[in-house]
Amino acid sequence: MAGLRIDAEKCVGCGRCVRACANGGVRIEGEKRERRAVATGDCVYCGSCVDACPVGAIAIERGEAAGAADLASYSGIWVFCQVDGAGTVLPVAFELLGRARELAAVRGCAVTAVLGEVPGASEGNAAQLIAAGADAVLVCRDERLRDNDAECFARLICDLAHERKPEIILYGATNFGRELAPGVAVRLQTGLTADCTVLEMDEETGLLHQTRPAFGGNLMATIMCPAHRPQMATVRPGIFRAPEPDAAREGTVEEVALAADMRPRVEVLEHATPSDEPSITEAERLVVVGRGIGSKKNLKLMRRLADALGAELGCTRPVVEAGWLEYRHQVGQTGVSVAPKLLVSVGVSGAIQHLAGISGAECVVAINEDPDAPIFGAAQYSVVGDAVEVVTALLAELEG
Amino acid sequence: MNIVVCVKAVPSTTEVKMDPKTNTIVRDGKQSVVNPFDASALEVALSLKDERAAAGLDTRVTCVSMGIPATERLLRDCVARGADAGLLLSDRAFAGADTLATAYALTCGIRALPAAPDLIVCGKMAVDGDTAQIGPELAGAFGVPCVAGVTEVVSLDDGTGGAGAALTLRRDSDEGSELVRVCLPCVITVSKDVATLRMPSISGVRAGEAAQIDVLTAETSGADAARCGLTGSPTQVVRSFVPEREHVSERIEGTAAEQAARLADIVRGME
Repeated sequence: MAGLRIDAEKCVGCGRCVRACANGGVRIEGEKRERRAVATGDCVYCGSCVDACPVGAIAIERGEAAGAADLASYSGIWVFCQVDGAGTVLPVAFELLGRARELAAVRGCAVTAVLGEVPGASEGNAAQLIAAGADAVLVCRDERLRDNDAECFARLICDLAHERKPEIILYGATNFGRELAPGVAVRLQTGLTADCTVLEMDEETGLLHQTRPAFGGNLMATIMCPAHRPQMATVRPGIFRAPEPDAAREGTVEEVALAADMRPRVEVLEHATPSDEPSITEAERLVVVGRGIGSKKNLKLMRRLADALGAELGCTRPVVEAGWLEYRHQVGQTGVSVAPKLLVSVGVSGAIQHLAGISGAECVVAINEDPDAPIFGAAQYSVVGDAVEVVTALLAELEG
Repeated sequence: MNIVVCVKAVPSTTEVKMDPKTNTIVRDGKQSVVNPFDASALEVALSLKDERAAAGLDTRVTCVSMGIPATERLLRDCVARGADAGLLLSDRAFAGADTLATAYALTCGIRALPAAPDLIVCGKMAVDGDTAQIGPELAGAFGVPCVAGVTEVVSLDDGTGGAGAALTLRRDSDEGSELVRVCLPCVITVSKDVATLRMPSISGVRAGEAAQIDVLTAETSGADAARCGLTGSPTQVVRSFVPEREHVSERIEGTAAEQAARLADIVRGME
């Protein structure tokens, strides 16, 4: 069985491991020269103590795992390319192809785009994918793929992966991608890392170093999938830059079939109609308010600021809980993540769950009374002052 | 009808603090709560149960969790709020599980229940892990369809019409809101605002205290130890580190008017 192993010969009893552990998995026993770290049994094997140990006394041992793959038989990087209702490939697919191209150059392997469309879809998508970096496009044109049915797509990808053994499969972390990828992972019995922000390739081993935010973005974790293939990761839209299309690139297009016995089991009765309400997720400018604005009646002032800036209005969880604004305005881990060019944060203290939701913002301006508010740690411009007073003065500048 | 709700114990949000000196998580008190998304999932199950009870139909709601022994307290709370039973998968062998190994343990626990579920309801994601993988992985493991990101349960057709039981749901797709129909058995994952979990009643609290929470280990749940916990997890955390702040922060000083003037310059400069 797996276990935390602490080498009592090497351990100097410094206690760094205890401070690094979020789960009380290790404690110090003994006095003075006899001080040693010991495992408590509450370890969740996160590895924080291993990293924290200055003398290399801690190791995590794993038991004999099930289902290890014959690594050498896998090669190539696949990118799942999602299309929207109109048949257009989503931008995140091009972003992933760009990064896959760079990873493939390190590893010396091919990049394959996997595309599912309805019959009669324009031939243009495959050419675009090649121009963006694909060496080959596997396209399945089938009526059953019309409504992004996760089971049909999972079956398609699993059947192809069983047969052709890709070393890596990347997915955009869209709503659909986040539903599809775990379905593929469980059917292929392999690992999946969600919402990676950094992907790096080990040239020799082909191991994909997948880095993602943990604990609300305050900690980054690098994750690997050493013994199972394919290695799979999802990446949020906007993390990587799409390459300039190169029309001169050459690649192959191959038609593949979806298993005849698959039937979609989720019936779409009414297709999505994009909501008219402005989405704070995609807003370029955002004013985010917290309880520090004082009272609900001050929202009016904040709305005026948003209007003056051409911004949408977001808020923190306490503001929603107080009933000042609706849930759809909530920014943070249990609300939505935002990535505006400008975010003006007013009266927000900056709990880590909130900071996790604004980590994509390019420029954060924070106004808060408390000079020690954590929000200032995430801000480019910090204003210590009364929210209403500063905003009123700012409005006078902007509207005047 | 049998409904299973998967719940996870997460650190209560107010308790999660970063230690500014060591940049590590401070989890004092060890107080944990039901993941807010899972609380919404439980309410969805309880609402369906109420609806069916009004039509004279029986429904059994079972909450299943994988966690440390203390998680039993949270399962009692679920019973207090209206669930019929709780099952806890707790074993050192489950520790260090990634989503694949977690989904495997939950699958073993659900298979060990007296009756096969018609519906499995999960929160869309956990606030401390944020992967949103467990629901779709459970669906794959059971070979049933999954509808993720449900924002509204529109109706439950109990199948007395002959076409088989089915749910009509609204979910968030990548292009907006979509109305779908899915046949049971299936897995659904719900967004947090789908429902607010009810408070326990007085009799509910007593039921929670009196409830028998079954606890299964890897062995008693029939799980293969090689597929559990750290050992059964394909993914490994190889390094964790504090992200570097890329920007420098400018503190704007002065009176409110002076601060506002500087802010206005900054904002105008971005246009």
